[in-house]
Amino acid sequence: MAKRIDVSGLTAFYGSHKAIDDISMTVEPRSVTAFIGPSGCGKSTFLRTLNRMHEVTPGGRVEGKVLLDDEDLYGSGVDPVAVRRTIGMVFQRPNPFPTMSIFDNVAAGLKLNGSYKKSELNDVVEKSLKGANLWNEVKDRLNKPGSGLSGGQQQRLCIARAIAVEPQVLLMDEPCSALDPISTLAIEDLIGELKERFTIVIVTHNMQQAARVSDRTAFFNLAAVGQPGKLVEIDETERIFSNPSVQATEDYISGRFG
Amino acid sequence: MDISSSNTTAPAPPPVDREPVAPASKAAARGATRPGDRIFLGFSRGSGIALLVIMAAIALFLAYRTTLALADNTGNFLTTFEWDPAGVSTGGKPYFGIAVLVFGTVVSSVIALAIAVPVAIGIALFISHYAPRKLASPIAYVIDLLAAVPSIVYGLWGALVVAPSLTGLYSWLDDYFGWTGIFEYEGGAPRSLMTVGILLAIMILPIITNVSREVFLQVPKMHEEAALALGATRWEVIRMSVLPFGRSGIISASMLGLGRALGETIAVATVLSPNFLINASVLDYGGGTFAQNIASKFNEASEYGQDALIASGLVLFLITLLVNGAARLIIARRKEYSGANA
Amino acid sequence: MSTTTPTPPRTPVKRPATLKAASLPRWSPLAVAAGSVAVAVGIGAAAGLESRIQWGLIAALLFIVGSYVLAATVEGTRQAKDRLATSLVWVMFLLAVVPLASLIYETVQRGAKVFDGYFLTHSMGVVADEETGGGIYHALIGTLEQVLLASVIAVPVGLLTAIYLVEYGRGKLSKVITFFVDVMTGIPSIVAGLFVLSFWILILGFDYSGWAGAMALAILMMPVIVRSTEEMLKLVPNELREASLALGVPKWRTILKVVLPTAIGGITTGVMLSVARIAGETAPVLLLVWVNPLINTNPFDGSQASLPLYVYQQYAAGTDASYDRAWAAALALIGFIMILNLAARGVARWKAPKTGR
Repeated sequence: MAKRIDVSGLTAFYGSHKAIDDISMTVEPRSVTAFIGPSGCGKSTFLRTLNRMHEVTPGGRVEGKVLLDDEDLYGSGVDPVAVRRTIGMVFQRPNPFPTMSIFDNVAAGLKLNGSYKKSELNDVVEKSLKGANLWNEVKDRLNKPGSGLSGGQQQRLCIARAIAVEPQVLLMDEPCSALDPISTLAIEDLIGELKERFTIVIVTHNMQQAARVSDRTAFFNLAAVGQPGKLVEIDETERIFSNPSVQATEDYISGRFG
Repeated sequence: MDISSSNTTAPAPPPVDREPVAPASKAAARGATRPGDRIFLGFSRGSGIALLVIMAAIALFLAYRTTLALADNTGNFLTTFEWDPAGVSTGGKPYFGIAVLVFGTVVSSVIALAIAVPVAIGIALFISHYAPRKLASPIAYVIDLLAAVPSIVYGLWGALVVAPSLTGLYSWLDDYFGWTGIFEYEGGAPRSLMTVGILLAIMILPIITNVSREVFLQVPKMHEEAALALGATRWEVIRMSVLPFGRSGIISASMLGLGRALGETIAVATVLSPNFLINASVLDYGGGTFAQNIASKFNEASEYGQDALIASGLVLFLITLLVNGAARLIIARRKEYSGANA
Repeated sequence: MSTTTPTPPRTPVKRPATLKAASLPRWSPLAVAAGSVAVAVGIGAAAGLESRIQWGLIAALLFIVGSYVLAATVEGTRQAKDRLATSLVWVMFLLAVVPLASLIYETVQRGAKVFDGYFLTHSMGVVADEETGGGIYHALIGTLEQVLLASVIAVPVGLLTAIYLVEYGRGKLSKVITFFVDVMTGIPSIVAGLFVLSFWILILGFDYSGWAGAMALAILMMPVIVRSTEEMLKLVPNELREASLALGVPKWRTILKVVLPTAIGGITTGVMLSVARIAGETAPVLLLVWVNPLINTNPFDGSQASLPLYVYQQYAAGTDASYDRAWAAALALIGFIMILNLAARGVARWKAPKTGR
């Protein structure tokens, strides 16, 4: 179910601009890894290289290796569509399909990947919505449009949609930055439950959030504006927040810059 | 602090305003509207109202001449299959109706839409989602060129270049689909409603393409990424995110195109061999359109004949008003949509 | 959060076993396209199909079907559908380019035959339909005068209306005007012609003239100018207006001295594009200007000629010589309109950066 990610020597470009430079790290299965760092340090770009969404942006280009267990995502003959099918993603702003019902939103990924019986779809939708802690709130209005939900509910709908296809890895790009504190809490609780089943990588601006939800934390930084972002260090979350090995990390965490 | 003050600093007055403003006028400007302001407002509001008056006048004058024409008509204006305002065949009694024109206009416009809408959506998608980025704007320019070609040139090209090369296609359609009754072809110069429809399709392609393209480009990136992240192929992204979002835009674009097709005059008059009868086959002679009939019959028409043509023009005016108004209302209902005017 | 319900029975969610997928080489669409064209040419030649349109349609069909079948066997149905959509979109694009290319090629090639200095400087005074010779001088004069007169009416009305809508319009009136301006852009040109015919010629009893045609052209021009000017005025930043008003400059002077000069490039482009559009209009001119083979430089007295009308007339005459003249005049018309279009784009580019002139 959950797989390990091994990144080695990964560099990403926008056209001729180098966005992140030579990043290597390992993401453990069934754990939450948080990416923190100042704005523009390339943590979101790096996240998007992990399911080949980076190359969707015009001019986006990647060098280096990303191994999912033993398979290189950027190897020859690898289908980016299959990669994204295997590594799910939740975005900064909730983005349910506006014209689809709640049910269809959750079932959308399944319908792409083969034909299912109505009863099978029902099962998967129910299971995914339960897995996203949304079932009790929407079970009576599955046929209503997803855009009618509150922001927090929409984000959990998007998580349900992502986990319905049972990916190996779940990438989350600042999933709570558009939400109020109560919805944020609900998502954070959910992340704690989901890590039993998935490998989770989360980008966040909120250091308390990183401390609360993650097992390991990676700190990204950039030397100067216009320079590519780099991985400063990655370690157990507790260590990063109590006794980091690099001075820059401590400065950032204690609020001296960023 | 620094930031907020730099934000509120008004930009320096533009260098265009070279005359120094006397301090005295500063105080005066605050008071009641100055005469200059009132005159200027009057002129600009008057111009706007003038446009409305013109629209109303078009309807009124056409309606007035229509009543003159219909008063003496011995045929039924809506159902009569002939156009004989001079009463050649009835001993001087005007006998005319628009049945054939309704038929021809509707059929040619439907053919044009049936061809142009899928092609236009394809091109719009090509520009917005498929073409290499460097190619996208030259292609959009080529489509604009299609819109800039005058309709008389389309007519000339349609009559002398396109029509002669369609005989083969029409015979083939007759061979295999003639049994439907719609595609019977007796040979002869292919100057039928089908040819007109094909030509109109090319002519309305730019407006449908441009409006749809605008809408496709406005699809929020996050909806497309939602589909991509689920492992959708490019086509599936378009089916799941782009087309549902753009549906009302496509509809209004098609209606704007329909408005153009309904009213196109000179290209149709050049290509079509008008024939005042209804023929089930769109490949054979038969039918005419409102606008084409006006242009073709105008030269020989007496004053009464002109009134009869004006009567048919009023019908055309009302139809296009309805179609365009509906299209604009659909566009206006979409708040996200920002001005497409091709 | 408290919902630790037992997970419902496992449904088999289908997942790819590997990330790798069989895929066609990148050059395969090109190869399929080349193959389809070759086969279509073969079929066309073998079956003796005369029309090149059929050859093209066969090639397009072969290409679409061929790439679908190939992808379906190698890559699977989902990828095949994706490729089907891609090839359809490419074919649609080519379908649009072919007519434009053909139209421009035919016009240039057939028009060049009699297009020369003589053609530009002579009228059709004593030339019969089947005779060679003659030219478009009278039509050029007619078109220029009619377009100029139409602009004289339409530009001020259009500009002022746009100023009203952007700078003053808030209430219901401006909404109504906006709606009807939009609807007015869709009025068929023949209807505008019929309107002027009914009140100017039939009711007021004036004669056919260039002026009558110009009035109809002005009606077609106004909404186009209003819309493009409106767009341009909306682009002028509000800070400029506020800065000027704060200095105590009255509003009307602010509009004339600040807003209009800032947007003048875009407005000029819009006006030139609208001129290009009406210069090619035939229908209203046909009803209102009548046809005069002689040079008439007075647009207010008697019938004139015009370039699009000339094309129509020469086409209708139906002789070889008149067809040649029709093509040559069409070439002149397209050239005139393209130059206007290019110039309009040039002005737009030249005036584009509005900061600091």
